[in-house]
Amino acid sequence: MLTKRIIACLDVDGGRVVKGVQFENLRDAGDPAELAKAHSASGADEIVLLDISAAHERRATLLDTVRRAAGQLFIPFTVGGGIRTLEDAVSVFSAGADKISINSAALADPTLITGIAERFGSQAVVIAIDARRREGASHWEAFTHGGRATTGRDAVEWAREAESRGAGEILLTSMDRDGTGSGFDCDLTRVVADSVRIPVIASGGAGGAQHFVEVFREGHADAALAASIFHYGFSELADLKQEIGSQGIPVRWPC
Amino acid sequence: MIAIVDYGAGNLVSVKKALDWLGQQCAITSDPGEVAKAAKIVLPGVGHFASTAALARTGLQDAIADAITRGIPFLGICVGMQWMFEGSQESPETRGLGVLSGECERFPASVKSPHVGWNQVEVDSSSRLLRGVPPGSFVYFTHSFRAPVSETTAACCEYGGQFSAAVERDHLFGVQFHPEKSGEIGLKLLANFCGL
Repeated sequence: MLTKRIIACLDVDGGRVVKGVQFENLRDAGDPAELAKAHSASGADEIVLLDISAAHERRATLLDTVRRAAGQLFIPFTVGGGIRTLEDAVSVFSAGADKISINSAALADPTLITGIAERFGSQAVVIAIDARRREGASHWEAFTHGGRATTGRDAVEWAREAESRGAGEILLTSMDRDGTGSGFDCDLTRVVADSVRIPVIASGGAGGAQHFVEVFREGHADAALAASIFHYGFSELADLKQEIGSQGIPVRWPC
Repeated sequence: MIAIVDYGAGNLVSVKKALDWLGQQCAITSDPGEVAKAAKIVLPGVGHFASTAALARTGLQDAIADAITRGIPFLGICVGMQWMFEGSQESPETRGLGVLSGECERFPASVKSPHVGWNQVEVDSSSRLLRGVPPGSFVYFTHSFRAPVSETTAACCEYGGQFSAAVERDHLFGVQFHPEKSGEIGLKLLANFCGL
């Protein structure tokens, strides 16, 4: 049976893994290559590395980090942050990424999705959507630039367009839940997952095994991603997968 | 030397990285002359079946077909495996190499497509490629089209029905999943191929 993926995310700033609460107040959590390898060994189904500083600077540092991490990883490896052009994507793939994740640049120029998909295949193109619930409404708006810029785009409608332009997966982050540990946004995840045929990765809010079970069962997520839950010892990945599996969710275990 | 065939489709770095990790001499090449000299051939592939049309255009198809005739071990990965069949619904005008019979087809509408993630495979215990791979092992897939089950099937997978996760006949091998992305199991399989 196709399993639900548990994805470990490394938010990287200036070559170090950091994690903030609701995109602010960053704390240092270690070396990306070492953490990627450790997560893979403890059962992560996939690694995502997001360069949260890249919108401003330090491309060379990122490529070096990607190269070091990729050299020790034999599970899928996605890299995002600051990829604005086909050339940026080419350099990240050449450094060893299997997939790239784009957000701001795809919203600014949706043809970029098609351009990268035609060259590397749709499976290599992940569209990251940072969504926040509109005040008092039952729909969500997409944000860019690490949550700093509003777009006016409806998150569900944008997910559908991204799919039609060649995206292979949607990485959907709830900005309302990110870093809070209060659980994934199952409403948001379900609305998007039911609107597209491509896999949806839920992100933002993971605090414990029950949250993963909920987002797979009620949110219809194909995969779920978490960062701080793994880095600070809140939960060992292997224990987490066993706990999720014991509640009837198909997971890759033992690996 | 193992030739990793580059026909302009997708990203070959991860396949090379895995073979490097196993200590194998390998090179990414788009030169039919290099392919002709290789001791083993790996044909990766991601993306659209139509991209394999480049193989015929560039002379790589002839070099591969000739090597296969000479008994050189060949491993097709993902679209590289699909190309071993006669063709694919994804691009009916593009013909495969046709060393295996059958056509690749799309997943039924009852399941999400593409099929992305870790799924389990049932392994034919007589497979040389999958020697030492336990039944029910998890491997990583990402594809929208699939090859039928036939007498050359070496491993089966279930997703909207059974399909060929791996095929094997003599020195011809193919895997629909990505061994270079399937952790220890994938490395085991690649080591088996390198050791043939």
